[in-house]
Amino acid sequence: MPEMVRGVGASVPRPDGRAKTRGEFEFASDLTAPGMIYGRTLRSPHPHALVRRVDVRRALALPGVSAVLTASDLPGQAVYGLAKVRDQPVLVGVREKVMYEGEPVAIVAAESPERARQALGLIEVDYEPLTPLTDPVEALIQGDGYRELVIRRGDPGAQAPVVVKGYYEVGQQDQAPLGPEAGLAIPSHGGREIDLYVATQGLHVDLDQVAECLGMERERIRIHLAGVGGAFGAREDISMQIHACLLALATMRPVKMWYGREESFFGHVHRHPARMWYEHGADESGRLLLVRATIVLDGGAYGSSTRSVVANAACFGAGPYRVPNVDIWCGASKTNHQPNGAMRGFGAVQSCFAHEAQMDRLAARLKIDPVEIRRRNVLAAGDELITGQRVTGSAPVDKMVTRCMEIPLPPALDRAAPAALPGGGGYLADAGRVRRGVGYALGYKNVAFSGGTDDFSTARVTLGLSGGKPLARVKSAASEMGQGLVTVIGQIVRTELGVDEVELMPADTLVGDAGSSSASRQTWMTGGAVQGAAQKVKSELLRRAGPPAVELGEGCVLDAEGIPLAPLEVLLETPIEYEHEFHHRPTQALNENGQGDAHVSFMFVAQRAVVDVDLDSGVAKVVQLATVQDVGRAINPLQVLGQIEGSVAQGVGLALMEEMRVSGGHVLNPSFTDYLLPTVLDMPEMISELIEEPEPLAPYGVKGVGEPALISSPAAIAAALRDATGLDLPRIPVSPAELAGIAHLAPDPRVVAGQRPLERVVPARVLTPVGEESGDGVERGRILERG
Amino acid sequence: MRVALNVNGEPREGDLWGGESLLYLLREGFGLWGTKNACEQGECGSCAVLVDGVLKCSCLVLAASCEDCQVTTIEGLGDDPVAGAVQEAMVSAGGVQCGFCTPGFVVVMTELLKRHPGADDEEVKQALAGNLCRCTGYARIVEALKRAQVQIA
Repeated sequence: MPEMVRGVGASVPRPDGRAKTRGEFEFASDLTAPGMIYGRTLRSPHPHALVRRVDVRRALALPGVSAVLTASDLPGQAVYGLAKVRDQPVLVGVREKVMYEGEPVAIVAAESPERARQALGLIEVDYEPLTPLTDPVEALIQGDGYRELVIRRGDPGAQAPVVVKGYYEVGQQDQAPLGPEAGLAIPSHGGREIDLYVATQGLHVDLDQVAECLGMERERIRIHLAGVGGAFGAREDISMQIHACLLALATMRPVKMWYGREESFFGHVHRHPARMWYEHGADESGRLLLVRATIVLDGGAYGSSTRSVVANAACFGAGPYRVPNVDIWCGASKTNHQPNGAMRGFGAVQSCFAHEAQMDRLAARLKIDPVEIRRRNVLAAGDELITGQRVTGSAPVDKMVTRCMEIPLPPALDRAAPAALPGGGGYLADAGRVRRGVGYALGYKNVAFSGGTDDFSTARVTLGLSGGKPLARVKSAASEMGQGLVTVIGQIVRTELGVDEVELMPADTLVGDAGSSSASRQTWMTGGAVQGAAQKVKSELLRRAGPPAVELGEGCVLDAEGIPLAPLEVLLETPIEYEHEFHHRPTQALNENGQGDAHVSFMFVAQRAVVDVDLDSGVAKVVQLATVQDVGRAINPLQVLGQIEGSVAQGVGLALMEEMRVSGGHVLNPSFTDYLLPTVLDMPEMISELIEEPEPLAPYGVKGVGEPALISSPAAIAAALRDATGLDLPRIPVSPAELAGIAHLAPDPRVVAGQRPLERVVPARVLTPVGEESGDGVERGRILERG
Repeated sequence: MRVALNVNGEPREGDLWGGESLLYLLREGFGLWGTKNACEQGECGSCAVLVDGVLKCSCLVLAASCEDCQVTTIEGLGDDPVAGAVQEAMVSAGGVQCGFCTPGFVVVMTELLKRHPGADDEEVKQALAGNLCRCTGYARIVEALKRAQVQIA
């Protein structure tokens, strides 16, 4: 088809960009309605407690308070959640147990946010505090878990001439989208219907849960996408949706709810913290013979999307390598921590940190270059994964490694320029004590939904006239959160229909399901639905035009030579409208050995990090992050690069600073003052290259782009830090104390790689000063195995 | 209590309680929703405004202290040519994704370009270090600032 200037493949600017730069784009927290009142949530201060009594009378008596609701006021199902078996209470009621700090107990609506806050203070709740279960391994030993998954391939008991073992941990990362949770619920028809405007990743996912908990038919509830200020997984779960609707129906007033930053930390799920025990075996040439691993994820208090995160952590748990013998056990525990769920990378981030450290350990043992050992094992198209699935699409991993190596290294450290040293303008570092390190990591992950899910998206395209000119309108329920789907949809329609003007209609549940904006899936899935609908419109246009019209372009119907026959305007006296539901090819659930054709496609990534570390203070600076990413086809190269760079920023954060610190079930740092996010000064030079090998069966050959660069960047940075310091650094985020060599993580001794945690051995480990134990997880792993 | 101030060239009077922030007054009181609330601790810069020409995190400014002040918000930059250059560059360079941090960045970038149009790389980064962006990794925001520098030179 003829190239469109602003079509597929062009770096088209965002259609909402101008409004966003002028402060005119309306985010969920900016919404208002006539007669609107404000909702707020009373949350448990205890991570685990029995609710003995809730008395709302004083709060209700406060002037300006319209409603105070507790669990006894719920009109519908009392639980919601992403898992098929809903398990998360809308509100914890009397004689029920609070399962995590910050769990909602009551909600109020009042004339002002301040009045609502005062009302919360007047609600009396008697809690009987209970001892929280906070150790994820102990929880599994007790049998408190969400899912256990085994991936067994070849001979699980295989032996290898060279074996390395390691213990690794990943801390709990917050998605920290800048726009906190917010929405506005507006009741109508005497409370028989309701409209909810909300910042979410999945309108229909919310609709299912809201309808159940309101006890209302889905048809009476319309959920509309309000401006979303980033998501990164944090908006897959329900936050204020049900609460706002309950308050609106109770008061028959529009109710707005928005979380402040502190509440936001308690109001959404986070990335699962992980403990991982690994054993890699290879022959003398560095060819992998076996991977054994146990991966324990802390699922927290409720199920959320944990089952799927377990699957990802396990499926991608050996990395993008050929491994003949595999025994991976992955499980998620149920604890009295906040529920953990989706965050960009979704399980693959955790295991990548471990398997890449293992590859480096193996390289060091064999005295093989870390890049070379990866080269000798990387997957290629046609290879079988550890799940037995054959890679039928593109897998240009070897080429990616080559390209990553070819990216020029940054200039040597300028020791005379203080601003260039770790700590920057703080003048922390003694220039003579700064060491540079280089590290590599490879990662991969699935695109879209897996494991037998019938993954689909719906879109409607209408082509008509506006002011006498063709205008295409697109209706989809897919959530734009900042990732640029709105730009991509416009590009696809322009390419298919050859018209320049494309208007996106508001996203809401008045059109079929598009699935959630997650798993890097929307360009493929909703892109495919839009393409399909546009192609039906195109067929109708060509039918109306009749022979010899065979193609569209530049606002005209064209003949086989590309000669314009007629402008589209003359064919559009009656608008053309088609809807299309796009499904990706069927996948299978994994069997009892974790084998199966579970994924539709894979995205690969290769990264190289360069760091400088001040050996005295332990302050590190990431100098350069080179990324080569397998994107299939870049619909919008500018936006793809933006996704990669944003992923790298979150990877820098996870590697060096971002962690929710939790003690006894209490979150210690629920604020941007104490939960550190990278600023522009923390960011390295980023050089990113796209490998475009079209994916068969995908629209335009696309893959996903949102997640890969966050999968391997923490691992690459950690490898570079190890290279600079010579330390093991088995945990991210790496602290300055660890980098300065004054603290290290002692391995959790209770588990043997590849086996389910079974025995009660010794209590939880902590960061201990160097000297109390050797820092070498390899040796301890052996001792443990003998015992 | 009441406070009289000038916002974007217009006299305004706010009816507020003593602990109310300027951010709250601008948003909930005056309906100027362009200034964003993302952290309420002065860490993220999303609520950046000018108070008597000085850059402030409006979440940390007591509204009651703004009697007779001249406040400029993102809405007040509407026809400013320097702001216009910044806004255009932010879109074309890819400095906007979700957009929640964007108004704050635009206010800060505009203030920098007016105060120090020739800021070098290090000065640019220092000036932007008080604003958090969770989507872009900042590189394209820095690029936008450089493009705007060229544009207004």
